[in-house]
Amino acid sequence: MTDNAVTAPPPKRETTSLIYDPKVRSIFFQVLTVVVIIVSVMWIAHNVSSNLARSNTASGYGFLNGRSGFDIGQSLIAYSSDSTYGRAILVGFLNTLLIAVTGIITATIVGFIIGIGRLSKNWLIAKLCTVYVEVFRNIPPLLVIFFWYSGVLAILPQPRDAIHGPLSTFLSNRGLTFPYPMWGEGASAIPIAFLVAIVLAIVFGFWQKKRQMATGKQLPTGWICAAIIIGLPLIAFIAAGSPLTFDYPIEGRFNLSGGGTIRPEFVALYLALSLYTAAFIAEIIRAGIKGVGKGQTEAAAALGLQPSKTTQLVVVPQAFRIIIPPLTSQYLNLTKNSSLGVAIGFPELFSTGSTTLNQTGQAIEMISIMLTIYLTISIVTSLFMNWFNAKMALVER
Amino acid sequence: MADDKLSYVRGEMIAAEQPPVSNRSVAGWLRTNLLATPKDVVLTILALALLAFTLPAIINWLIVQASWVGSDRSVCATIAQGGIQPDGWKGACWAFVHDRFQQFIFGRYPIDERWRVMLVGALFVVLLVPLMIPKLPHKTINAILLFVVFPVVAFFLLHGGYFGLPRVDTPLWGGMMVTLILSFVGIAVSFPVGILLALGRRSHMPIVKMFCVLFIEVIRGVPLIMVLFMANVMLPLFLPVGWTIDNFLRAVVGVALFASAYMAEVIRGGLQAIPKGQSEGADSLGLSYWQKMRLIVLPQAIKVVIPGIVNTFIGLFKDTSLVAIIGMYDLLNIIRLNFADTTWITPMTPLTGLVTAAIIYWIFCFGMSRYSAFMERHLDTGHKR
Amino acid sequence: MKKTLLSAAIGAAVLGIGSAASAGTLDDIKAKGFVQCGVNTGLAGFAQPDASGAWKGFDVDYCRAVAAAIFNDASKVKYSPTTAQSRFTALQSGEVDILARNTTWTISRDTALGFNFRYVNYYDGQGFMVPKSLNVKSALELSGAAVCVQSGTTTELNLADYFRTNNLQYNPVVFEKLEEVNAAYQAGRCDVYTTDQSGLYATRLALSNPDDHVILPEIISKEPLAPAVRQGDDKWLDVVSWVGYALVQAEEFGITQANIDEFKNSTNPDIKRFLGTETDTKIGTDLGLTNDWAYNVIKGVGNYGEVFERNIGQGSPLKIARGLNALWSKGGLQYAPPVR
Repeated sequence: MTDNAVTAPPPKRETTSLIYDPKVRSIFFQVLTVVVIIVSVMWIAHNVSSNLARSNTASGYGFLNGRSGFDIGQSLIAYSSDSTYGRAILVGFLNTLLIAVTGIITATIVGFIIGIGRLSKNWLIAKLCTVYVEVFRNIPPLLVIFFWYSGVLAILPQPRDAIHGPLSTFLSNRGLTFPYPMWGEGASAIPIAFLVAIVLAIVFGFWQKKRQMATGKQLPTGWICAAIIIGLPLIAFIAAGSPLTFDYPIEGRFNLSGGGTIRPEFVALYLALSLYTAAFIAEIIRAGIKGVGKGQTEAAAALGLQPSKTTQLVVVPQAFRIIIPPLTSQYLNLTKNSSLGVAIGFPELFSTGSTTLNQTGQAIEMISIMLTIYLTISIVTSLFMNWFNAKMALVER
Repeated sequence: MADDKLSYVRGEMIAAEQPPVSNRSVAGWLRTNLLATPKDVVLTILALALLAFTLPAIINWLIVQASWVGSDRSVCATIAQGGIQPDGWKGACWAFVHDRFQQFIFGRYPIDERWRVMLVGALFVVLLVPLMIPKLPHKTINAILLFVVFPVVAFFLLHGGYFGLPRVDTPLWGGMMVTLILSFVGIAVSFPVGILLALGRRSHMPIVKMFCVLFIEVIRGVPLIMVLFMANVMLPLFLPVGWTIDNFLRAVVGVALFASAYMAEVIRGGLQAIPKGQSEGADSLGLSYWQKMRLIVLPQAIKVVIPGIVNTFIGLFKDTSLVAIIGMYDLLNIIRLNFADTTWITPMTPLTGLVTAAIIYWIFCFGMSRYSAFMERHLDTGHKR
Repeated sequence: MKKTLLSAAIGAAVLGIGSAASAGTLDDIKAKGFVQCGVNTGLAGFAQPDASGAWKGFDVDYCRAVAAAIFNDASKVKYSPTTAQSRFTALQSGEVDILARNTTWTISRDTALGFNFRYVNYYDGQGFMVPKSLNVKSALELSGAAVCVQSGTTTELNLADYFRTNNLQYNPVVFEKLEEVNAAYQAGRCDVYTTDQSGLYATRLALSNPDDHVILPEIISKEPLAPAVRQGDDKWLDVVSWVGYALVQAEEFGITQANIDEFKNSTNPDIKRFLGTETDTKIGTDLGLTNDWAYNVIKGVGNYGEVFERNIGQGSPLKIARGLNALWSKGGLQYAPPVR
């Protein structure tokens, strides 16, 4: 490559020297970049291998199949200290997803309310929402997490003085303990019914749209869909003979045993990330709605649409086009910020990953795994949101 | 003249009418802004209820009940906890903040050497303030002094080991000082690097472009903790035996790289907003690539994205709190360090400390965002499309 | 042609950089003039900077002893504070020469991680602390408890194993940093606190009401805390081990920082060999040091007992009893091979 670049430049006019030829320069710079990158990568690789060889460190990904030996407080899948390191990482990954999904939903709802609130004509509401946004935007998320965590721990009582809630729930500084549903035989019919219901709801949605186009009549689509989605699994549940029992929490010597528990670490992280991100989402929503020209609203009013219909059919679809790209990056930020859970001991990906790293000493392998997972989450989310964005734009035009 | 006789035109202006009563009085303001519709009435009542519920409790905690003076935990603990406050007392422990404020600022920096930090701080203010006031002249010299000369001077002053100053190793640095140093270096490095990356990403050279895209997307795709962790754990493995990089420097590199990637994306947004004609115009004038960028494209592009740039700076400032994860004692972490200190260990200490940290961070971030709004107005030449 | 030249240049550059540091660790240290010591970021009694910024502690004094042996100057040490995560790569990469950071000597660290341990400077064991109000007398009563523990440590693994073998249920509450574990225990997030016993005593001291907490009698693990060096440099391992043994041996002889000069004229052949006053001795030079290396160590930091009492024993707020760390002659485990 070097040979070609230097010895065989494309024939050019005599008047310009070779170094002023943009093509030559471009090739030169690129070759330079490649050389610099290759040399530094080789240099780093050499250093790493010599460092590892010198200290006889084992390398490779075989350690993932080894017994982890440590326990994890909160897991969505079965896990014990006999499970493998690979499973520990999977537990962390699922917990990251859990925080991301619940956090994104809550942050969007809260952010939407606050964003609309800032545009409210009601002075008090607008000011309160402004205060909310300005407070949360200007404080580090880590601080918000600590704040909630110490707040949650300081306010809630010890398990012996747990607050008894309705339906056998208990609230203490060990978390919210509730009766855990245990599914019996035939319970698999319920998720199947649920999936069928979703398909039915979508089909119904299409049909109703066609009908509206043809006749101009509307049906309460939302309610009917909700009835299908809730009703069908319910029927399946009853048909299968109510295969549901509850594991009730019992007061033990130290803690409540049995039942399901939502731990304070999760609550603190979830609240902190949701409320922090909501401040940013509120600003995005506000900018999006303000970005829709006033003429649009006025035109809708001139057509005789009700204000609620104006919002639903004219403002929101157009605002969405402005909102989606920055909203995507906020969703990604929330997902990445979930790694701050490590500071309060929530076992998310970074936390279980760094514990594994520490127990095995396999730094390079573990970091490459965590890096890959985070990048994959980012890329998948971006791709999905880009697809969604493109779809919105098409509907728009 | 006949004009005087024309009675269908009024000869003098009549005084302006008062606005209708409903718009002018307090009641009118209340009606339009708080009680316009039944929905608004309900919302106003809800909001007032919320305020009535929270504000007195907050003020009570922050000011009325707060403990202001004292030298140890007894002033902030109830009798049952071994203090002097009555049972059920809840209030901020400002005595703790007052007692430890020096530590919040300087960390474990040796007490006798703290004048050095203060001198650096004073230099920083002296150089920064004139740069921030648009009317003052000599901006170029000022900027060079602040971003080139000042860091060197500051390093020698803070680190010492030369010119008879005792050495103060970076593990002893801490508190506000670390937060500010990390942010300053992060800002000073990420801005130029971000510009280069953004230009690289828009370059016509496929390899350079690919490299920039890869760098930006990888860094933006992972959490900052991950980047800091890599800098802390992996960097030593990447270097030959015997080469060491100071822990503090690793954090600086991590933060600066992270901010650079975000900065690059913000600036790329600005570059995309500049019409192609500007660039072609510069080409037709025979400007070189760097002249074109420096004189025509970048000034316009950066002006467009000032809010984005400042948001990145604010993000960077907030993100410095994450260095706690790699064992450094920045403002937030040094405050938290005190929560386990026997002298001040009370149930109220953590909350007070966190509120203090929140106030300090908030003042800096809010200040930056206000300043950016001011600059935006100042630079607005009316070409907004 | 140019391609080959280029690759040759890259190769040369890489090799040149690579070969720069192939001499032994001891020679490198002598050349650079100081020992780079990996310590804890801050653990009371073991390694912590004081108000004036000077590092103090049990592990720190060990580093100073090594410097005294090499340079006859205990101050020729530079400290790298390391977190639980960064400590291993810090040593693997050569960033530090010794890792004296209450690291437990285990077989996997000795083999798979590529470290070497020999001299154990503190014999520890994992214990439990509970609030008195819970009325717990034994760790076997702890079923169902929430346990606060630091992640990524051997403590975390021992805990899992102990509860598993004894068929007890527990609820781990795990934090990355010791301060966070302390804060969580203090806030009542968990019922039990577990770490090395030395750490329990230090932590209890830092609680608002130390007398409200009790340390349970069970010791569930062996935690020999030992300085670690990289594998494959036996000469350096010899130096760091024998500096440790010299501290112990001096206590056995009754040699202290204050009275060492009186022993210089001792006629006892053991002591003469130890202090390098025997004629034609080669003990020190064979180690790669000077013959008065042991003298310099004791003169610089004192004997093992002095170091212990000053930092973590009766002379410190921690007030840890010697226990397993008493000399072998007094029923403990601290035993130095003969200097002969």
